Amino acid sequence: MTGRDAYITGIGQSEVGRPLDRAPLLLTVDAVKEALADAGLAIDQIDGVSTYPGRAPTYLAFSPVGADELIDALGIRATWYAGGGEITSQLGAVVAAATAVSAGLARHVICFRTVYEAGAMQRPEEYAMRRPDRVDGSGQWTAPFNAMSAANWVAQYATRHMHRYGLTREQLAQIALTCSANAARNPRALVRQALTMDEYLGARMISTPLCLYDCDRYTDASTVLIVSAADALDEVSAAPVRIAAMAGSVDRHSWDQAEWMASYATGADLWRHTDYTPDDVDTVQLYDGFSYLALTWLEGLGFCEVGEAGRFIEGGKRIALDGELPLNTGGGQLGAGRLHGFGFAHEAVVQLRGQGGERQVPGDPKVAVASSGGGPLATALLLARD
Amino acid sequence: MSATRPLPRLGPDNRAFWTGGEVNELRIARCGDCGGFVHPPRPVCRHCLSYNVAPHVVAGTGVIDTFTINYQKWHPAMEVPFVIARVTLDDAPGVVLTTNIVGCDVDDVAIGDTVSVVFEQQDDVYIPLFERTASR
Repeated sequence: MTGRDAYITGIGQSEVGRPLDRAPLLLTVDAVKEALADAGLAIDQIDGVSTYPGRAPTYLAFSPVGADELIDALGIRATWYAGGGEITSQLGAVVAAATAVSAGLARHVICFRTVYEAGAMQRPEEYAMRRPDRVDGSGQWTAPFNAMSAANWVAQYATRHMHRYGLTREQLAQIALTCSANAARNPRALVRQALTMDEYLGARMISTPLCLYDCDRYTDASTVLIVSAADALDEVSAAPVRIAAMAGSVDRHSWDQAEWMASYATGADLWRHTDYTPDDVDTVQLYDGFSYLALTWLEGLGFCEVGEAGRFIEGGKRIALDGELPLNTGGGQLGAGRLHGFGFAHEAVVQLRGQGGERQVPGDPKVAVASSGGGPLATALLLARD
Repeated sequence: MSATRPLPRLGPDNRAFWTGGEVNELRIARCGDCGGFVHPPRPVCRHCLSYNVAPHVVAGTGVIDTFTINYQKWHPAMEVPFVIARVTLDDAPGVVLTTNIVGCDVDDVAIGDTVSVVFEQQDDVYIPLFERTASR
């Protein structure tokens, strides 16, 4: 522990559903209140707010609540805040907050991610996506080819992995099977029934080699993490979890010009910032908006060699709740819904505090990795109870 | 699928790329100083920071780096399945184009296939698609 370290001192989550009637601001406040109670903090002790990607006016369902609105709604007097999408993916908002508290710009920062894609579909008059007549920016290089979805972009990396390294669908299935088995033990998870290999292999294709169960499902929820400065821990009642290392990267912010996913550069870089090694990690919470992304994180973080992740997870025992490297113990996004990055850090804290209930990793876990992104952007956090 | 392609907004940086097909040219921005290719096209070289960047006509041949067969109807008018691919260009090192592979059965496409450009016009845009010329 040093004076410059940052800690996660409180976690909160709203109801998770599909769809929810409750307004997204209120879901956010629900999660904030739970996190404050968890940390033992009052709202007037909060002096910073950080979010990803900020309010998204052209696609409000994706991010209906911005930092400006939350600050005003809760009467927060902030000495630092940030919210935006031009950052190394969702957990970049936590990196920003940790950097701010380490620099003394704030003491307790609320970090939040609120998603409302399901609820928005019920209320198109409020949440219609505003589509311009023509495509601007990076979208122009994929949309004219009807490569509309991240599923298409990620699928091409997965095809190449299969071609180069022999990854099989049965191996890739272990990500979805593991997530669904864990989700069945998580009372807040969206999907509560464990998937079988036969169901996986029989599922309809979305974009080869990704089938329905390789893709996460949008959901309505808000997730909150409170990040606190080392010299403010005496104000907190919960067991603090130290952010032992952080890393993020972007190479080319493009889904076709980038040769590799950013999870590789970010994963390798994480270990430059810590004395911990992959062998010290007790559980991993790896971004699985698509199953294949979690697989690239296993390789990028060095849990196995590049190209070996398929064989590493074969049969699923190694990444099961009672295996040597339990993966996505809350169900990940494939099982618990698209909490969009923040769910991984939330679950890592749950596990490091021993609060996982039926899904608790055995053996008193002390070190966890949480990641977000993949594709051209990636962020990784090493979290420790030490 | 062809009637429903979202089209790019044309401007000074991207017009050469998206309209070259009118004269059957695939144009990739290239630096006149270091010879490096700049894609997406911008008026500065990402290799040497020169402003001497201009559209350059390439052969329009390449290799399938990877691909996916899309089965999901992302909107009701979309005809599926179809192939989305990343194609590397023979004479523009470092440039990768997302495109569609057309003119063959979707199940015939493989990584390593050689391909050649064909253009599909929609309004004022000429979309570079690729056809297989040989399998691996």
